[in-house]
Amino acid sequence: MTAFQVILMGLLIICAVSVSFSKNLLNAILIYMSFSLVMSMLWICLESPDLAITEAAVGAGITSVLFFVTLKKIHAIDASEPDAEEEKENE
Amino acid sequence: MSKKKSTEEYQKTFAFRFFRWLSGEKDPYSGKVEMHPQKEYQPDPEAALRREKEHDAIMDKVYDTEHNKWLHLFHRLYQATSILFCLFLIALLLVTVSHLPAIGSVARPVNNEVSERYIEKGLEETGAVNIVAGMILDYRAFDTLGESHVLFVATITVLILLRLNKTEKDEADVNDRRFEPKNDAILQLVATFLVPVIIIFGIYIILNGHLGPGGGFSGGAVIGAGLVLYLNAFGFKKTEQFFTEKTYKWICFFSLSFYCLAKSYSFYTGANQLHSVIPKGTPGAILSSGLILPLNIAVGLVVACTIYAFYAMFRKGGF
Amino acid sequence: MGPNLFTNYGEAVSAILFCIGFTNLLLQTNLIKKIIGLNIMDSAIYLFLAEKGYIAGRVAPIVVNGVTSTEAYINPIPSGLVLTGIVVSVSVTALMLSLTIRLYTRYHTLDLDEISTQLKKEGK
Repeated sequence: MTAFQVILMGLLIICAVSVSFSKNLLNAILIYMSFSLVMSMLWICLESPDLAITEAAVGAGITSVLFFVTLKKIHAIDASEPDAEEEKENE
Repeated sequence: MSKKKSTEEYQKTFAFRFFRWLSGEKDPYSGKVEMHPQKEYQPDPEAALRREKEHDAIMDKVYDTEHNKWLHLFHRLYQATSILFCLFLIALLLVTVSHLPAIGSVARPVNNEVSERYIEKGLEETGAVNIVAGMILDYRAFDTLGESHVLFVATITVLILLRLNKTEKDEADVNDRRFEPKNDAILQLVATFLVPVIIIFGIYIILNGHLGPGGGFSGGAVIGAGLVLYLNAFGFKKTEQFFTEKTYKWICFFSLSFYCLAKSYSFYTGANQLHSVIPKGTPGAILSSGLILPLNIAVGLVVACTIYAFYAMFRKGGF
Repeated sequence: MGPNLFTNYGEAVSAILFCIGFTNLLLQTNLIKKIIGLNIMDSAIYLFLAEKGYIAGRVAPIVVNGVTSTEAYINPIPSGLVLTGIVVSVSVTALMLSLTIRLYTRYHTLDLDEISTQLKKEGK
């Protein structure tokens, strides 16, 4: 379990750094979503299933959806690009 | 004895004219000075335009961020300072972490008598198998009530910020779906199968909040996500049939006030050695653990409505 | 340096994440990225709290077979606190995003520097 935790924490740091350096806002939000997903796996390793289920539903799902809607609202997503619909199916 | 003057004679005297001037009855200059009524001020549109242009030019020159050498220097300095500060902060925090007691060991200040009490007496006193649920909905239930209110207040604030009136709303609705296929067959088919499953899963999480991982917050978020998927697939016309602003209002009102009343009752009767009439039930059964199940349902309803409301307001500024 | 830096790797990671989020807040000019930075800071704090409650070799605080001894379960308090925090962070994010939308409709940009320049040009 320890090696797995170390890998997950490395992924967390990689995700956090690459959010800072990504130029595209859509990419940044997708990376943040994967950050939340890794985080929810980490909660399982830390023996907190309550947190894992909440983080998966709220952090990876709802927050990202809100970000996507904001991008759509401010026309940062091109109309031809796929948008928020895909993400809701992950829930 | 002064002789009494006649009125005509008096009017010729200096004193009469002085007092008349003093009381303002007659202006001595009227009729003798040429006067014109004051003209209304009419702004010169060209001059105003010119002035505005000059102002803009000056402002462009003053706030010329492209060619301002000092601003660039300041930016560089700011970036360097903030990176240095963050490195310093990382070093400081890492040194602090290295002095903390080791993770995973029992002998840490966090593991004190409070958590011992929750673990040892939790099942007996709250009847909840999931100790976390028993903790946040029984021992620390006012905390959770405040949290539900945070959600409610956040919804109201978002509503204030993003609200549109009727005509604007119709316009936004038209703009919103301009670039999308109005009835995407694939999405609708997938949603037909997925939405019931998602919502049933959410209800399962809420109802089993006291028996396993889950509870009002996660289950409510899952139900809200299902509603959002339904909304995306079928549009606002369909969802407005069962979920409007009024629905949101009443659900939030009833859930929050039920939570408040139930918990106040439980606190008043549970304290001071008074007997509480709410049965605890057998641990592990679905109808057990007293008030935790209804409170979970109330929280779940509030969270689901809040998430749907957030999405609807971001999308078109209203429900 | 103390003795426990490598034993406490989880807390070290949370400290690093916190600083990355803070750097994002300081250096990014884009509002959306600032909000993501704030969320990363949130997650770092939650990770720190959860690491505090973790005890090696024990299971999640869900009573199994009626065992209610302290030796069997991890500390439930940090879990409860973090559960509260996650939900509050969502509402804070929604509030910030709606403010962002309002700023965008007014200034047609997400760049905070440009917004402040425009504000100064307007003389406010």
